[in-house]
Amino acid sequence: MPQYQEKTIVTRVEQLSADNVRLTLKAPDIAGTCKPGQFVMIRTAAGKDPLLRRPFSIHQADAAGSIQIYFKIVGRGTEILARVREGEELSVFGPLGKGFRINENVPVCLIGGGLGIAPMLFLAKEISRRKRVNTDNDIIILGGRSKGDVEPLMADFKQINMQTQAATDDGSFGEHGFVTDVLRKVQLSSNTIVYACGPEPMMGAIAAYCNDHNLECQVSVESVMACGMGACLGCNRPVDDGKYVHVCLDGPVFDAKELKWNL
Amino acid sequence: MEFVKYSADGPDLRVKIGSLELQNPVMTASGTFGYAREFESLMNLHRLGAVIVKGISLFPRPGNPPPRIVETACGMLNAIGLQNVGVDRFILEKMPYLNGLNVPTIVNILGGSIEEYREITKRLEGVPGVAGIEVNISCPNVKEGGVAFGGDPKMAAAVTQAVKESCSVPVIVKLSPNVTDVAEMARAVEGAGADSVSLINTLIGMAINLKKKRPELANIIGGLSGPAIKPVALRMVFEVSRAVSIPVIGIGGIESAEDALEFMLAGASAVQIGTANFVNPAASEDVLDGIIDYVNEEKLSSIRDLIGGLKLDWIA
Repeated sequence: MPQYQEKTIVTRVEQLSADNVRLTLKAPDIAGTCKPGQFVMIRTAAGKDPLLRRPFSIHQADAAGSIQIYFKIVGRGTEILARVREGEELSVFGPLGKGFRINENVPVCLIGGGLGIAPMLFLAKEISRRKRVNTDNDIIILGGRSKGDVEPLMADFKQINMQTQAATDDGSFGEHGFVTDVLRKVQLSSNTIVYACGPEPMMGAIAAYCNDHNLECQVSVESVMACGMGACLGCNRPVDDGKYVHVCLDGPVFDAKELKWNL
Repeated sequence: MEFVKYSADGPDLRVKIGSLELQNPVMTASGTFGYAREFESLMNLHRLGAVIVKGISLFPRPGNPPPRIVETACGMLNAIGLQNVGVDRFILEKMPYLNGLNVPTIVNILGGSIEEYREITKRLEGVPGVAGIEVNISCPNVKEGGVAFGGDPKMAAAVTQAVKESCSVPVIVKLSPNVTDVAEMARAVEGAGADSVSLINTLIGMAINLKKKRPELANIIGGLSGPAIKPVALRMVFEVSRAVSIPVIGIGGIESAEDALEFMLAGASAVQIGTANFVNPAASEDVLDGIIDYVNEEKLSSIRDLIGGLKLDWIA
């Protein structure tokens, strides 16, 4: 697996809502090798503070050599990153981790909650590109706290030939409720693969649902990490047998059954 | 120091750690560089002075529960808890690759008792590629991490002696900064036969999440590393290098050649790059390139001319 520490140029900055930002970066090496579910580590500032890179899942990658990341301003690192301007340089390290496993012969259900929507666009595009059967039974469920978390991304998902549904906690866009409420209403055939990324309680609930209904479920989880490549060992996560896995190397995508869910 | 006349291309960067000659003074710090292979596509490993691998214990250790790390101002706290594969698997699975590198491998070891340190050392003795042993008597994150030894000169000396008796390669003792008098610790391990001391390990620290009213680390306390600790490390290297006659290896917040050269001026014969590896996987190679430029620009006949060269002439 090739990895690159790339000096990228910011080619586009989109303020999608009050605190959600999308960046497009010219990163030909990473764009040419990355897979859906993989992530990059980005240095938000050149100096010593903040010191560490921040992990971001790859939101989109194209053949022209660009990648996108989509993030929410949650702390100092993302605050600095949100102020970046087109034409500026960012040091990006990646692609890192293991991505989603794709089976082009079965129906899929993609669920993204909040920032968990980020990797789902790349995944949906890749699945639809590779599909040998029709995508009539494929479904995308996007959720967030309110309209600003979901609505600005709908247009991109609608370009893909899969039915897309939305839910918001406050009912300001799509169904009033959680993505799991939508999941319970849709009919999934028994060979459907469910892909999920979002807040921990959401993924835990989806993991439990898939377990009950005997559906394969792949989740992309989040963790603090210093290096992103297996050196710091800071991103451990318990698995059922009292051992740990590392999100950066063993994940960030896991079979939901592998992980221990504290709910 | 006795060096044969230098003939290879580029400036003479060779330094000595006991009987071990390094092609240059840049090493990677234990616990920040895995077992080197993780970095093979990100830098030229063969250019390193030495690789110091993740601390090895007698038996495998799972490490601490998460969260294990948190960023702090110009640094980070970690409480990994010495997660490692254990000495037997290390020898079987990691050493063959390390032995294939053109650079010496120094194995960092840790134990819960003097006997454990002795046993690990015995198992490493004679293993192809093991060029030196770094004794960790200073990990703050686990009871068995040797911290009990790192704070007591008599205990530190006893561990040092046990390791020295059990191997033929140079022994470096990694010192803790969490002591009142680091020079005293250095003298104690020198007296027990240490070939070199490396310092500093992390400073014990803590971070609190006000919103959650909880510590940021599951272990509550952790080891502080990164640029934040560099001034403390420089001071301790300066003190220790004046207290002992064995080579001192400087560690603590080194990110650039300038940082490394400052440590050498303070008295370090070599340096280790730690936390910087997390931010820039090629940091050690960048430091080396910067040192080469400096030696060329300053027209030094060898990097060794710099060691301990701090000028104190304007002080009365």
